[in-house]
Amino acid sequence: MYRYDELDQAFVDQRVAEFRDQTRRHLAGQLSEDEFRPLRLRNGLYIQRHAPMLRIAIPYGLLASHQLAKLADIARRYDRGFGHFTTRQNLQLNWPTLAAVPDILAELASVQMHAIQTSGNCVRNVTADHLAGIAREEIDDPRPYCEIIRQWATLHPEFTYLPRKFKIAVTGSPEDRAASEVHDIGLHLARDARGDIGFTVLVGGGLGRSPMIGQVIRDFLPLPDLLSYLEAILRVYNRHGRRDNLNKARIKVLVKSLGVERFREQVEEEWQLGRASAARLPASEVERVRSFFRPQAYETLEDCDASAGREPAFRAWYRYNTRPHRVPGYRAVFVSLKAHGQNPGDMSCGQMEAVAALAERVSFGLIRTTHNQNLLLADVRQSELYEVWLELARHQLATPNIGTLTDMIACPGLDFCSLANAGTLAVAKQIQERFDDLDYLYDLGDIEIKMSGCMNACGHHHVGHIGILGVDKHGEEWYQITLGGSANGFTALGEVIGPSVPKCEVAATIERIVEMYRTLRAEGERFIDTFRRVGLAPFRESAYATHPAAA
Amino acid sequence: MRRILRRREIVADDWVHLGEEAADGAALIVPLVELRKDPGRWWQWSGRLGVRLTPVDRVEELAQELPRLDLVAVEFPNPSDGRGYSAARLLRERFGFRGELRAVGAGVRQDQVFLLARCGFDALELAAGEDAEAARRALERYDVAYQPGSPQTAIRRQRFFA
Repeated sequence: MYRYDELDQAFVDQRVAEFRDQTRRHLAGQLSEDEFRPLRLRNGLYIQRHAPMLRIAIPYGLLASHQLAKLADIARRYDRGFGHFTTRQNLQLNWPTLAAVPDILAELASVQMHAIQTSGNCVRNVTADHLAGIAREEIDDPRPYCEIIRQWATLHPEFTYLPRKFKIAVTGSPEDRAASEVHDIGLHLARDARGDIGFTVLVGGGLGRSPMIGQVIRDFLPLPDLLSYLEAILRVYNRHGRRDNLNKARIKVLVKSLGVERFREQVEEEWQLGRASAARLPASEVERVRSFFRPQAYETLEDCDASAGREPAFRAWYRYNTRPHRVPGYRAVFVSLKAHGQNPGDMSCGQMEAVAALAERVSFGLIRTTHNQNLLLADVRQSELYEVWLELARHQLATPNIGTLTDMIACPGLDFCSLANAGTLAVAKQIQERFDDLDYLYDLGDIEIKMSGCMNACGHHHVGHIGILGVDKHGEEWYQITLGGSANGFTALGEVIGPSVPKCEVAATIERIVEMYRTLRAEGERFIDTFRRVGLAPFRESAYATHPAAA
Repeated sequence: MRRILRRREIVADDWVHLGEEAADGAALIVPLVELRKDPGRWWQWSGRLGVRLTPVDRVEELAQELPRLDLVAVEFPNPSDGRGYSAARLLRERFGFRGELRAVGAGVRQDQVFLLARCGFDALELAAGEDAEAARRALERYDVAYQPGSPQTAIRRQRFFA
């Protein structure tokens, strides 16, 4: 993984010093809350319902064991002993005190971490495919380019006060595991006829209040032009994006109002005019960063069937929670943060320490976070899977439900977030309880539930096969359900089934929907494929039937 | 007299804005909209002339006239309106403006001056109530940067600088 050089370390140290001074001035009454807000946001600090919330950056989801151990240490000493992993692959702490935040940031800087630009109207944490570097069909590893973009975007003098937040995702595989088409900019690694690396550039995707799917504005951008082209896009946006209405300030609204053709023309013109003075990306710099992401020192092994002769519980875990690896003899292992009865994405500091130690022993000391709010040990020898399973199970991290209905995404919702209209955690529990039978879950197969507590869509509800959106109806929590969303490959936005349902009815409604799927499905057909074949109508009808039997 | 930060020094301001008391021959900063209303008058002004741009003014429209200007002021109505950063880079890097480039307005605070200077501003007319000495020190908060930028700060090393 990337290691800081003297420049990177000096930068984060100076950033901590700056924020310590800003916090001091705020606490001394020299900076009002309004003046302090944009400064603290750019250091990941929100003021939430109960307390400040600190969002710590995990660039493209990659952590070393000692970093995860440090996060556990911080959660124990400065918080209530747990953290929440997010869809941007970051970690949120929900109970730090404002005065302690500069110390927390200094602790992070001591292990080459930070919380810079995890909120605020600036370029956010760049995300990537959690199987980067190990997927068989990969064109190139996206992480070096994410790191280059991270550095370029960090305290960019021109683009630190954009009209609105700005999210970039990079993928290197044909299958899009980073939801790149719902990002402000999605970059898909590609090769030209000569085999040189470049990117297909998508722009204008996003969820939130008016969800849109990104559109291609350049089929192939050569790698050396990466930063100058990003600068051109950001400059057009910084100058012409709306600043009069927060809800219309994302780049997707600018792209839509101009039309993608005119937007492309403006970017291309800006790019041609500005190339000479844009940040340059020398080949030597690309090589330097790439050198940190070379393949691990894998042993020469052969694939084996690690589940042969093992008990059914292990076989279920092997089937659902592990994935193939491009190197024979290895497999990638999900650490499920979706144990039934737990808040999706939450992890205790004891669990963090256990996984940090386990990764040190069996996966080159590296851990990845996924946008689905799980962790991943990417490089586990197949011969060690059984031991890994036992260790994860000991810490309630082996629930064999990855890719099933209870592997759901949920934002923290009304329990923590001051933006939320409705709770998500109690609804998640309700769903986990109703779908607690693993055999039933396995029969339902691949179904993604994504849930957000408000229109801001941190839980990506628009692109869930089943999306759940919390709404406020005269002070009561209600839930709007959408079907047919998808963010990998055939990106689609879900369709609303009809009127929202009360809190107590959410899990029962979902059960009626999936029962209808069981009735309608063809042999081996996934939920999303059945939906695409038959459309919304039969599901709508069943969802509102009072008795499941009547549907 | 107003004090400003110019090239990392706190100095007395030798310019006045239109609407402030201006003796004949004073160095005068005129809003672009006023310049357009009465160009004959302002281009014959007896002293040095500067133009003030608001966030919605397009710098391209001023490109032809830049050689005749001693100063361009770019307005930041609040710290979160970042349009002026792009205006500054365009003025310096694309249109080659070599006169004084001045950030003005309520958004020019000590927590912004580092970024402003990196984009090419060499004069900072701080918002009312800002501590000029603290703002001068804030130009030296960082001595490293990831991007190329103008040499108005104490940067000793930057990353993308071929």
